[in-house]
Amino acid sequence: MKTDKIISWILLLMALTAICGLALITIFIFKEGLPILVKVGPVKFIFSMDWYPSEGEFGIFSMIVGSLAVTCGALIIGIIFGIGCAILLAQFCPPRLVSILKPLVELLAGIPSVVYGFIGVVVLVPLIRDYLGGPGLSVLASSIVLGIMVLPTIISISIDAIRSVPGAYREGSIALGATEWQTMCMLTLKAARSGIVAAIILGMGRAIGETMAVIMVAGNTLDLPQSILDPVRTLTSNIALEMGYAAGTHRQALFATGVILFIIIMILNSIALVVSKHGIKSRKIL
Amino acid sequence: MGCNVKTKRELIKFSWAIFNVFSIILVMFLFGCSKTHKNSINIVGSTSVQPFAEMLAQEFERLNPGVHVEVQGGGSTAGIQSVLQNIADIGTCSRQLAGSETNLNSILIAKDGLAIVVHPSNSIDNLSREQIRDIFSGKITSWKELGGKDQPIRIITREEGSGTREAFVKMVMGKSRISRKALNQESNGAVKELVKNDPCGIGYMSLGLVGNELKMVSVDGIKPTIDEAKAGKYPLVRPFLFVTKNEIKPESQKFIDFVLSSNAQEILRREGLIPIK
Repeated sequence: MKTDKIISWILLLMALTAICGLALITIFIFKEGLPILVKVGPVKFIFSMDWYPSEGEFGIFSMIVGSLAVTCGALIIGIIFGIGCAILLAQFCPPRLVSILKPLVELLAGIPSVVYGFIGVVVLVPLIRDYLGGPGLSVLASSIVLGIMVLPTIISISIDAIRSVPGAYREGSIALGATEWQTMCMLTLKAARSGIVAAIILGMGRAIGETMAVIMVAGNTLDLPQSILDPVRTLTSNIALEMGYAAGTHRQALFATGVILFIIIMILNSIALVVSKHGIKSRKIL
Repeated sequence: MGCNVKTKRELIKFSWAIFNVFSIILVMFLFGCSKTHKNSINIVGSTSVQPFAEMLAQEFERLNPGVHVEVQGGGSTAGIQSVLQNIADIGTCSRQLAGSETNLNSILIAKDGLAIVVHPSNSIDNLSREQIRDIFSGKITSWKELGGKDQPIRIITREEGSGTREAFVKMVMGKSRISRKALNQESNGAVKELVKNDPCGIGYMSLGLVGNELKMVSVDGIKPTIDEAKAGKYPLVRPFLFVTKNEIKPESQKFIDFVLSSNAQEILRREGLIPIK
């Protein structure tokens, strides 16, 4: 049909615009960032800890460590609470309560990150400073804030994963005399493993990319953190903090920071793809 | 191929909806473009100058109805870049111009003291410039070494590129670097918030913006007041500049003349800056 064809062309065009956007962003980041990365030397850029843009020294090691530390912390919190919540909502909760709790959890995703950051600064940071010591702005504070921010991602994808485990497995397990809890731990979670791993990795992507909340609660030092009470600077906050002022090589170095972040996120996403594909295969065998 | 009439209709409806959305965006875009005021002055630059520029803009708009003055932040460097790229009519700058920037036309509108601020409970009243340098470079790490309580010093600095930071580095740090352990905050307000709540904190910020919730320490024995700064005694003083290209719009010139008038200078003095007259 003629109209069908026209419309499918229009839709194709729109789909391509989105992909073009991605391509342009990639090209632009690399075009701006690569020259300085080559000039400084990738090894020095990644492993040096001296970030003095005005003196022409660019090393982002402490920020890479900062990003990873904050992301790990966020994941520990996100996994413990997120998967616990997902198990409850998927299996042990009366449906009416689920219909209230699930939208509430999803609402968490709709709160702007600057609000999380603000609450972090006003409530969390003073608590940490007064009761645990240190400046308050810390790995711990950012981990908690980010941990809460990744909860909706982890919870909703984990629930889907747990629910997609065929009911026959569960019934079989219960028929064999296992308790509900044994069935959950030993069977359902294992069968849903790939989906849950994918949820965690998506959460990781969100945590490592978050900027505004982290700028507000992380403290943005250039030093390596010695403990979870020490402040850190992440890759994203480095870009956002200094972008407004940067010119010349400083600006390029910020783009190069973006390149490194881009590569890290690409690696994480590829892992997510591989893991979820692998999961589908193993489920077929099972 | 038996085409389902219903699906086809839905498809047409759908693409019609998308077409509508696009045309609305297009129309809004066109209107957005034509909305730019003929008599508008665009000011971009230092976040330290911004609150004062906004105040002056308001007053100027009140006196000259029909002229619209828009003030944006972004930082001293961003302000100068915007002037070079013709995005802004006037760039504001809270440091000396450097390198190729000196080709631009700069107008000193006021001077600003840089205050060293600590928590109100801090017993330290006076610091020498060497002491401040040693604190910020990480050589002195406890308030005890300066005669205060036995608490660690928490340094709060502005981010790299900030005009306030550049002025501080130039006037206090000299060749030494600000410690890696320093907390970086991205505005005067954030520094203020942090120092206000942290008994161990020390930071620096624009004298005009300190307010009365923080304690300012004397530098080399001289109190950070406008009078001392005006008399040239207080050592930490930096310029607030308006930067323009050499050719200038009549409205912008009018605004600059207004800023240099005694009326506007009086406003700046009242708000804590050091007037040039």
